[in-house]
Amino acid sequence: MSNQPVLSFTENGIYCAAGDFYIDPWRPVDRALITHGHSDHARWGMGRYLATHAALPVMRHRLGDITAEGIAYGETRRIGGTDVSFHPAGHVPGSAQIRVEVDGEIWVASGDYKVVDDGLSEPFNPIKCHHFITESTFGLPVFHWADQASIAAEINDWWADCAAQGKTAFLGAYALGKAQRLLTMLDPDIGPILTHTATENTNQAMRDQGISLPDTIIANADLKPKDHPGAIVLAPPSALGSAWSKKFGPQETAFASGWMAIRGVRRRRAGDRGFVISDHADWDGLLSAIKETEAENIYVTHGYTDIFSRYLNINGWNAQVVPTQFEGESLDKDASE
Amino acid sequence: MKRFAQLFNTIDQSTKTNVKVAALAAYFQDAPDTDRLWTIALFSGRRPKRAVTTTKLREWAAERANIPLWLFEESYSIVGDLAETISLVLPPNSSQDTRTLSEWIAALREVYTQDEETRKAFVLSAWKQLGGTERFIFNKLITGGFRVGISQKLMTRALARATQKPEAELAHRLMGNWHPDDTTWHALVIAEDASVDASRPYPFYLAYGLEDTAHALGDTADWRAEWKWDGIRGQLILRDGQYFVWSRGEELMTDRFPELARAVDYLPDGTVLDGELLVWPSDQPNPSSFNALQSRIGRKTVPKKLLSEAPVVLHAYDLLEWQGQDMRDTPFAARRALLENACVNLPPEAPVRLSPQLDFTTWDDLAAIRANARAAQAEGLMLKRADSPYLSGRKKGDWWKWKLDPLTIDAVMIYAQSGSGRRANLFTDFTFAVWNGNDLVPFTKAYSGLTDAEFRQITAWVRKNTLEKFGPVRKVTPHHVFEIAFEGIQRSTRHKSGVALRFPRMLRWRQDKPLQEANTLADLEELLRIYG
Repeated sequence: MSNQPVLSFTENGIYCAAGDFYIDPWRPVDRALITHGHSDHARWGMGRYLATHAALPVMRHRLGDITAEGIAYGETRRIGGTDVSFHPAGHVPGSAQIRVEVDGEIWVASGDYKVVDDGLSEPFNPIKCHHFITESTFGLPVFHWADQASIAAEINDWWADCAAQGKTAFLGAYALGKAQRLLTMLDPDIGPILTHTATENTNQAMRDQGISLPDTIIANADLKPKDHPGAIVLAPPSALGSAWSKKFGPQETAFASGWMAIRGVRRRRAGDRGFVISDHADWDGLLSAIKETEAENIYVTHGYTDIFSRYLNINGWNAQVVPTQFEGESLDKDASE
Repeated sequence: MKRFAQLFNTIDQSTKTNVKVAALAAYFQDAPDTDRLWTIALFSGRRPKRAVTTTKLREWAAERANIPLWLFEESYSIVGDLAETISLVLPPNSSQDTRTLSEWIAALREVYTQDEETRKAFVLSAWKQLGGTERFIFNKLITGGFRVGISQKLMTRALARATQKPEAELAHRLMGNWHPDDTTWHALVIAEDASVDASRPYPFYLAYGLEDTAHALGDTADWRAEWKWDGIRGQLILRDGQYFVWSRGEELMTDRFPELARAVDYLPDGTVLDGELLVWPSDQPNPSSFNALQSRIGRKTVPKKLLSEAPVVLHAYDLLEWQGQDMRDTPFAARRALLENACVNLPPEAPVRLSPQLDFTTWDDLAAIRANARAAQAEGLMLKRADSPYLSGRKKGDWWKWKLDPLTIDAVMIYAQSGSGRRANLFTDFTFAVWNGNDLVPFTKAYSGLTDAEFRQITAWVRKNTLEKFGPVRKVTPHHVFEIAFEGIQRSTRHKSGVALRFPRMLRWRQDKPLQEANTLADLEELLRIYG
């Protein structure tokens, strides 16, 4: 088995021969190690799941009755001929990078990650390794995230402005992760915070595991919008402009996504506002994460893979593009989140 | 620049026309004169003299951002806008903007004459001072092209609201060859008797497409019909012994069409004609195809050989000014009568011809004529109400285009490429093929015609069905069939398939159609034989 790489890229996903398991597989396999609960990483139909304790409640909520086991961050588990451990990826609550060691050779599959502390997810923790698998969703030097406090101020100013004009503010964001991060950034003194059912289900799963979130009111069929003047509504992007949202009367819509950095994309989504905030690393974040691993071999999965790996190769890394079905941050497909 | 940046953001962020117009009107009401003059100029495609080449701008931005030039270029191709790419790659600003819009423009004008080192220092210091939208605007002042969703029509409406002047008058004032360096807010917008520049064109009247058949238009006696030519719309102005040619996009094209100079020998001074520019050699019964005209449009100076091979004439169909008088309020039938009188004795070598009217009694007659449009090298018909004035802009009611249905062919998507700018994270540019035996032969690209929802759906599919990547291009599993519509087909040596389509676009995604039922190369050849 000495010539076999520790992790290889197969049509089922990332495979570890020494431990006979897959990481975030996209087809049904017996044993799946899952970095986080987004639907392009945690798919249905695996024989057994292994994920962090913090990721499991949401996974169970989304995937239903699954055979799953939890693991603590930093805990080492022997699987076949491998030592496996999970480490915070900072992407969403419960998200992990998965470290796999075989005979002293260390690989890290980072899943999706961001290096800044969002105050909600367990902060990213760089892991030294020889081989590092990275995403590159925003792997272009045009992506630079502003600090969270200034984005929070932008969002709250917009919300207060909507409230003053008698409009409901609709903020489109993924139900898992982004929505809760935004919740912690909102200023509840401006008005009530309403949530779409899909968003609220995830909120509840997180509250149940002890994560503290501001008070919210579920905007289901019984809710009378008139009773909640000056409200902001958090909803999945697809719910904006739907029949459900229309009953709120005069409104403004905004999207919160890294893609909002590009004016053309902002205009295509035709919202009133776009806030640039992402749970993926920006250009500097990707580079600093890669440097800190001290890895020489970099495998670039989803995003601007060709450009990003070319840059890494020119700058002294041994980088290659690997095929993937991961979506990264998609503005257009809620299911992938 | 803050106030202008605020205006820009309000307009850029809103999809609602009344919000844009209100913001612009408020700005026009009380912004400083030079700022509002420049705002009109920028939003109508004018800009300061280019103080720095875009090549230098790219180099300096890459250097300042500490990235290699190739990476800057890759980023630009994805973002789709140079000014925006520059403002995104640069580090955050460290000081504050202290100048107004026109002060920045004046500063740019000042460095125009300086050496490169001074210009570079100026640009770098501007990038240091300006952040966000202001930095983007500064770059746009150099690169040009403020596309912000403000049409001439909306700007005119906002100006009308701010100044209490009629929209039609303002629309005319804003036309033509003015530049903020040579005029003032007062002279352009306010002054009672603006001294009219000889080259100033009238705003074009634009027609909508007819939604169903012409029968709904009522009595045929109220209508006139002409061929809808497949050329470019042009306005020919003869004033003060000079001639000027304007495109519909308000571009002065006089130098590109030197043969039209002779119009001054055949028509009186104080004449303005609306018509179609066509390549039409005098010994031919029909105009040449649009391809021939294309060889002329791109050239600012025309070699003699091309001038004789592809001579351009104006096919006149309307008379906007006669003996120095604005005729636009005169009914079309009367304008047309004057036009016919003016053109009736023109010799064949004159660069102006009368676009004929078509005889018909019933709408069915006209439908039969329309069916033969391709044989006349026309795209269909134009219908004009006999008693209509010449309006400005696109207005429903008096003029209609009644175009032929496009040609169509069912083709298989085989390559996909992602778009840029608005479509940066979507696959939107596709290559299509037809069957030749068991092979798929590529014959055209198309990138428009689908809804955003369809583009999202096909993008997700492309990601999962990529067979091979060639840089930004992905070869995908042949699976999806699209109905491709196009306006014309020509033999072409520049394309591998041997054909070139005119204005190809995706008419429908034929999800009902199996791969094997897409059209064949023989079908394409047949279309070429009939319509080529």
